[in-house]
Amino acid sequence: MTAHPTGHPSGAEGFLHRFEGLRSRLPGARLDFVDALRGEAAEAFRQQGFPTRRVEAWKYTDLRPVAAAGFDEPLTAIDTAPALPPAHGAARAVFVDGRFREDLSQLDGLGYAAANLAVALPRLQGRLGGLAADGAQPMVALNTMLFEDGLVVTVPAGVAAGVLDLVSVATASERPEAFHPRHLIRLEAGASLTLIETATGPSASRYLHNPVYEIEVAEGARLTHARLQQEGDAGFQLSTAYARIAEGGTYDNFTLNAGGKLVRNEIHAVLSGPRAACHMNGAQLLRDGQHADTTTVLDHAAPDCASRQTYKTVLAGRSRGVFQGKIHVHQIAQRTDGYQMNQVLLLSPEAEIDSKPQLEIYADDVKCSHGATVGEIDAEQLFYLRSRGIPEERARAMLVEAFLREAIEGVQDETARAALDAAVTRWWEGQEAAA
Amino acid sequence: MLKIEGLTAEVEGKQILKGVELEVPAGEIHAIMGPNGSGKSTLSYVLSGREGYEITGGSVSFNGVDLLALEPEERAATGLFLAFQYPVELPGVGNALFLRTALNAVRKARGESELDAMQFLKLARERLKALHISEDMLKRGVNVGFSGGEKKRNEVLQMALLQPKLAILDETDSGLDIDALKIVADGVNALRSPDFSALVITHYQRLLDYIVPDRVHVLMHGRIVQSGGPELAKQLEAEGYASVQAAA
Ligand SMILES: Nc1ncnc2c1ncn2[C@@H]1O[C@H](COP(=O)(O)OP(=O)(O)O)[C@@H](O)[C@H]1O
Ligand SMILES: [Mg+2]
Repeated sequence: MTAHPTGHPSGAEGFLHRFEGLRSRLPGARLDFVDALRGEAAEAFRQQGFPTRRVEAWKYTDLRPVAAAGFDEPLTAIDTAPALPPAHGAARAVFVDGRFREDLSQLDGLGYAAANLAVALPRLQGRLGGLAADGAQPMVALNTMLFEDGLVVTVPAGVAAGVLDLVSVATASERPEAFHPRHLIRLEAGASLTLIETATGPSASRYLHNPVYEIEVAEGARLTHARLQQEGDAGFQLSTAYARIAEGGTYDNFTLNAGGKLVRNEIHAVLSGPRAACHMNGAQLLRDGQHADTTTVLDHAAPDCASRQTYKTVLAGRSRGVFQGKIHVHQIAQRTDGYQMNQVLLLSPEAEIDSKPQLEIYADDVKCSHGATVGEIDAEQLFYLRSRGIPEERARAMLVEAFLREAIEGVQDETARAALDAAVTRWWEGQEAAA
Repeated sequence: MLKIEGLTAEVEGKQILKGVELEVPAGEIHAIMGPNGSGKSTLSYVLSGREGYEITGGSVSFNGVDLLALEPEERAATGLFLAFQYPVELPGVGNALFLRTALNAVRKARGESELDAMQFLKLARERLKALHISEDMLKRGVNVGFSGGEKKRNEVLQMALLQPKLAILDETDSGLDIDALKIVADGVNALRSPDFSALVITHYQRLLDYIVPDRVHVLMHGRIVQSGGPELAKQLEAEGYASVQAAA
């Protein structure tokens, strides 16, 4: 595949044009710091356009289908009542086509602050764009330029916030729509939260969901972030999360990619204080024609921190999986304990996987390992099951499911684990029904 | 029940089975003994339908059905069961789910009703108790982290649940202490009936004290070279295979 010969992919112009037209009406337009951030982001996006495969970080993921789509603003009626995915707790924030829906949400009396970004903006100077400040990220710049709504959560020190559902539903529309929610999650010292995010969409509808997260985990706090990506089969989801974890804090991210046409899950995490921990795990289940990219950038910037990454990918038909994982161990980060593993199960000879681990280690007392495996279903295991009377297709299904469930077993939070487990079951039932 | 005639098979171009002749009538238990590498496991795998074996000649009839024409799962459904010499670990597959899926697959193929989770659990508990297996074995991944003895007992548990017509036990006694050996023997003896047969592959006469065979066969270099009653096992124990080789 060749890169664009000259200039920007066409879709970038459309977004810039829309920004010029909407600028004075976007949330926070009268707040100088917001307008300034948007202006800088627009400039960055104007210069870079959509990333092409000439950009190293996008070498394996071709965004031309996104760039070429020509997206509109969501024109969803404000009283559309789409079917919502199952709730995992009492608290939930619901976004329909990227717009916050107070009537469908439940954020009252929580014991911590949770609100829509558009409303909370006046109080967010210094926090908005504090972590997502990298001008070299065109998708983040696009988000900053055009975001409207999003979830802003602040859990005060010592509060155990329990489970909060973050729901994104895309509805069917005639023209492709794009939305760019911006979510800011802050856990103060010793706080905890389980954020369960579910993104769904209609089948055969093209849309772009381009969320950006800014996540702060303070001293001794713990955030479980389970992401169930179940976008519609023609949907694009390009997500970028920034997380900063202070001394003794834990950020536990698990992303299940089970939908979408073209998906990127990009996480930048910084372990900024001693004994902080970061888990970035995930499973990708890709059917024919799907493309999913997991890109992680992990900075060990303090001593005695631990990081664990295990990504499991199942590839069926002509699907394509990408894993890029970079671990940067700074000179100060002595006694770093890092682990990264990418395991792939190929169900079809036409599927493709690109795996690119990258370790940059500048400290000398470090334990850091990484590995990758690519395999097919184990013939011994398959025969064992069949010899017990289990038909071949069912036996294969059991082994695929087992491969995935192993990834989920590592999720410590029970509610999050159960939600992921149920999502795998639903995906698998859909897969069997389609077969 | 089982009739093997002139069976020859190759692995990776190397002939391993060189004309096996063996008949196991319904209701009988036969033992197969033989030195390492003589083809005992190969025979059990060929009978259960593992890939990688080329059958170059002969036939196997199982209750009148051409066994070699069936898929492994069809062989299981018609009542064949192999207790593996090296049971396979299935990380991520819960033992309870595995056992229930297998049992229901076989029941369905036999035209019987499937068991729900509660019915299965009740049945499994009975069988576990009879085999002195602790219940937490159901909760673990299939054979994952099991000791050698636990793996073998898990094979016997599967046999007890699936109620085969012909059970092949491939060195199920290896590595077992005397108590575990008795449990395995009890498991087999409990299935004894006029329409259950077993083929017990073993190195040691010891197991045959507890599962008394009707016939003992010696497999060497891919062929049954001698057959006799239970006393043949005792003779082999005392004199080794050299005497058989001389006689053959
Ligand atoms: N997959 C294989 N590839 C090559 N040779 C094999 C394979 N499996 C078995 N063999 C050979 O076949 C012979 C019989 O093996 P096996 O049936 O395991 O013997 P037994 O169970 O009697 O000890 C041995 O010489 C062994 O090396
Ligand atoms: Mg053997």
